[in-house]
Amino acid sequence: MKKQVGLLYSLPQILWLLVFFAAPLCIIIVYSFLKKGLYGGVEPQFSLEAYTALANPNILLVTWRTLKISIIATALTLLIALPCGYSIARSKNQAARLFLVIVPFWTNFLVRIYAWIAILGNEGFLNDILRALHLTTESVQFLYNQTAVILVLVYMYLPYAILPLFSTIDKFDFTLLDAARDLGASRFQSYVRVLLPNIKSGLMTAGLFTFVPIFGAYAVPLLIGGKDSYMLGNIIADQLTKTRNWPLASSISMTVTILTTGLVFLIAMRKPREQKQVFDADPAFLQAVPAGKR
Amino acid sequence: MLRKGGIAARKFMPAGSSLSNVIYWVVIGFLFLPLFVLVLYSFNSGRQTTWQGFSFVWYQKLVMASPELWRAFFNSITIAFGSALMSTAIGTLAAVGTTRYSFKLKNLVSTMSFVPMILPEIVVGVSLLIFFAGVGLRLGLLTVWIAHTTFNLPFVYLLVSARLEESDPSIVEAARDLGANEMQILFRIILPMALPGILSAFLTAVTLSLEDFVITFFVTGPGGTTLPLYIYSMIRFGVSPVINALSAVMVAGTVLLVYPMRNFLKVFAAR
Repeated sequence: MKKQVGLLYSLPQILWLLVFFAAPLCIIIVYSFLKKGLYGGVEPQFSLEAYTALANPNILLVTWRTLKISIIATALTLLIALPCGYSIARSKNQAARLFLVIVPFWTNFLVRIYAWIAILGNEGFLNDILRALHLTTESVQFLYNQTAVILVLVYMYLPYAILPLFSTIDKFDFTLLDAARDLGASRFQSYVRVLLPNIKSGLMTAGLFTFVPIFGAYAVPLLIGGKDSYMLGNIIADQLTKTRNWPLASSISMTVTILTTGLVFLIAMRKPREQKQVFDADPAFLQAVPAGKR
Repeated sequence: MLRKGGIAARKFMPAGSSLSNVIYWVVIGFLFLPLFVLVLYSFNSGRQTTWQGFSFVWYQKLVMASPELWRAFFNSITIAFGSALMSTAIGTLAAVGTTRYSFKLKNLVSTMSFVPMILPEIVVGVSLLIFFAGVGLRLGLLTVWIAHTTFNLPFVYLLVSARLEESDPSIVEAARDLGANEMQILFRIILPMALPGILSAFLTAVTLSLEDFVITFFVTGPGGTTLPLYIYSMIRFGVSPVINALSAVMVAGTVLLVYPMRNFLKVFAAR
């Protein structure tokens, strides 16, 4: 009796996720192995075309670029987020400092993208300042290149990295740093050899929360980037809505899915304790996630 | 450096982390710069982004002359509360089921609930679009509501589960020993205990939904334009400075909404 009650409670969620999550995923798996229809859609005929098309030089190039942008942006984000998280954790006023990180993070995603266009645009804030200082007479083109995309991606996902890093560093026993110093370690050594190994799980969570959404980025490269910053997300959307090659859109989606979930499980499976860290992400962190989630 | 205070005293000193403090404040400046620029430009009288004088003209236009914007706004609110209600109901029940009882598929249920969270949005959006096309569901507000409920579920489930795990299981056992039936236990013991978790899950779902652009972009159709989609079309097809005023209002709204969260963060920070 008791056993059935638990299942009964979970049944609506099981059904909902089966129909609206698992089934759509299964459909794109199936579609990726079918022939493309003449006007979008698919022909019910087995084909590996969508996968051989992945070896197309253009798609390979974009895959490589997507990896490169994601790795650079994630590394920069972690590098900046680490001292921030540390500073918040050691501050007497943790709540106020967290609040300051979260306000911009809760501002609508597209509003923030638009704000960067207003800053970096040809008639934007930065060019205004440069002209006022007589550093330039012509407008400098800051937008529509990879550097701009990386800058805005770092901006978008910085709070994602700061929050989990803060919550791990906050649990760290800072007297260990003093002990290391007393035993003759330099300040730098004490950070690298004592602090870093102790906050590995936080670093991984932060890296994951940054890398996965950046790898699937769509809106930022579309609105901030130019031709040289087209990412996999943009190709998927184009294949779906413009070229109408649904099998190819499906096979690229499958590639993105396998790469990102593979990474998550690889990191999660390293140690049972770390798996808990990745998945049981602090409720407080999840609470903060909303605005910046994507 | 003086070492008189000993370890206990040093813990409360800034401990020489001045470099990390400098980086923190620079990052805060970086995070707030775009918001500052938006608010500044929203008071600009000119059409261009170049500063031409102070004016409220774009705020007037925002209120008076933007019927489509207001329709998008009401769509967003409808979807946000509709999907938050649905996902909170389903997710809370599942959280009760998996934390309070054990059954065969329990682990499968909780694992399955995390997966939508770790997939890139674009994959969720694309797969739902292909699914809706396959089952012949017309794209519009209904499909947006379904999509939002789906991506909200894992967050609701996690937040409510976390809350339930903290509460004392012996209370439920006591109620059962005293003769309460399942319905009474659910409505008079478990749900009231989990109420703070349920509320924060609901609010989280509302904000997640208001925020979403990518998934909505794929599954929306005629009549299903939400506020982020409207802003997107403004960016894409001719920027009107009304967008500055709208953004400034949204930034102000955010601050007002997040401010009550401060107390929550204090609890979190004190732990």
